[in-house]
Amino acid sequence: MGFLSAIGRTTLGFLEALGKITLFTFMALSHCLRPPFYLRHIGRQMVEIGYYSLPVVGLTAVFTGMVLALQSYSGFSRFNAESAIATVVVLSITRELGPVLGGLMVAGRIGAAMAAELGTMRVTEQVDALTTLSTNPFKYLVAPRLIAGTAMLPLLVLVADIIGVFGGYLVAVYRLDFNASTYINSTWQYLEFMDVVSGLVKAACFGFVISLMGCYHGYNSRGGAQGVGAATTNAVVSASIMILVLNYLLTGIFFS
Amino acid sequence: MSLESSGNGAAGAPKISLRGVKKAFGPKVVLNGIDLDVMPGESLVIIGGSGTGKSVLLKCILGLLEPDAGRIFIDGEETTHLHGREREAVLRKFGMLFQGAALFDSLPVWENVGFGLIQGQGVGRREARERAIATLGAVGLAPEVADLFPSELSGGMQKRVGLARAICTRPDIIFFDEPTTGLDPIMSDVINDLIVQCVKDLGATALSITHDMASARKISDRIAMLHKGQLVWVGPTAEIDRSGNAFVDQFIHGRADGPIQMQIRAF
Repeated sequence: MGFLSAIGRTTLGFLEALGKITLFTFMALSHCLRPPFYLRHIGRQMVEIGYYSLPVVGLTAVFTGMVLALQSYSGFSRFNAESAIATVVVLSITRELGPVLGGLMVAGRIGAAMAAELGTMRVTEQVDALTTLSTNPFKYLVAPRLIAGTAMLPLLVLVADIIGVFGGYLVAVYRLDFNASTYINSTWQYLEFMDVVSGLVKAACFGFVISLMGCYHGYNSRGGAQGVGAATTNAVVSASIMILVLNYLLTGIFFS
Repeated sequence: MSLESSGNGAAGAPKISLRGVKKAFGPKVVLNGIDLDVMPGESLVIIGGSGTGKSVLLKCILGLLEPDAGRIFIDGEETTHLHGREREAVLRKFGMLFQGAALFDSLPVWENVGFGLIQGQGVGRREARERAIATLGAVGLAPEVADLFPSELSGGMQKRVGLARAICTRPDIIFFDEPTTGLDPIMSDVINDLIVQCVKDLGATALSITHDMASARKISDRIAMLHKGQLVWVGPTAEIDRSGNAFVDQFIHGRADGPIQMQIRAF
């Protein structure tokens, strides 16, 4: 009986959390679409998410591109397919690695920061203070972060795509002695518009999920410093898992 | 003992009126049928030990928590279940000083103080800054403080900024949540004086919660005592020493022995 009740409790807890997240999402979306819009805050969040994440996302992209070129070379040289390296690098980066790795890095940086900031505001009564000052916390805190996250991730990933492909180019040309113009031609030759667009759409979805999880866990944090710490961890873990699951689902939609 | 208004002789309809307000968190009953009137221009202080439901009562009136039962009236209009824009309209009548000041870390002092003007009333940033600096002056802070951030201020200064934020929109009703907690006795007295002065200047109705008896005596016209979710005594401040209520006597003299037994666990 104890075992069964534990399963029941866990299932109910999961369904309750799912319901809360769904309600939070609908409420947040409705506030994103209705005025007033806090443009100053949206701009500030865009700079925080887009501009300040550039170094970490750029570094991730350049090394990913470099490793991809090296690995592809060592594998493809076994059956004389070295000429496919440029195509493999550009398709891997634009379709998968750019959005997924960029999303995971931003989840670690921005998701955690949002959860910690909103969590601290919650436990120090700053969220209540906003309400007493006739300001809706969803509009003031959550909506700008969701809008900025959804808008900035595609731009970040676009930059990451370029940097990642450039990383592959550096290794191919300067370490593996490929001809520079041939490598660039190969990169363009098989790249399709949809490869890039699918990655950017994925990035927008990941940006939304990262901001949503950061805001949800921060907004609902309880119990002082420990609660804020737990909210931060939960935000990063849940956003990362959702990015991986969403990536599979979106890939299925785009390329099946 | 009376649960109705009796203290300061203020006439007319109550500014705040509570009828049978109940609130529980799971099995823990925090408010168990609160009936209370606060008259216009009156300063009422609710005293009581930690965990007796004082903050929950304030949050229910403000709409931050929704009562399980009972009705809450502000200026004669029921506000118990208001949400959205209707709630925001009611909240424009209020100013609130939070226990830890609850200043916004990311904003400079002047923007904290002028927040209600900018966001709640649509006042321009330039005018809001001027009015914020004037309000800072009213609570004894120099204009130079305006551009500092809350983390650069001492606890007493944060309370003053919190007080300035509470009064900057010139509200009809001001709530003070443990206004002197964490302050030394001298700074506590300074804050008490400022509260009395600001409430008097604005002609506002004040509702405070505290367990600091010196503060309660100084800022109140009437005192209500909350114990186990119920008001066990309400009366004029001048009569608290001869209330004849065992709960009140134990509390104001700070005795361990008496009808109030401290809970070790919250639940």
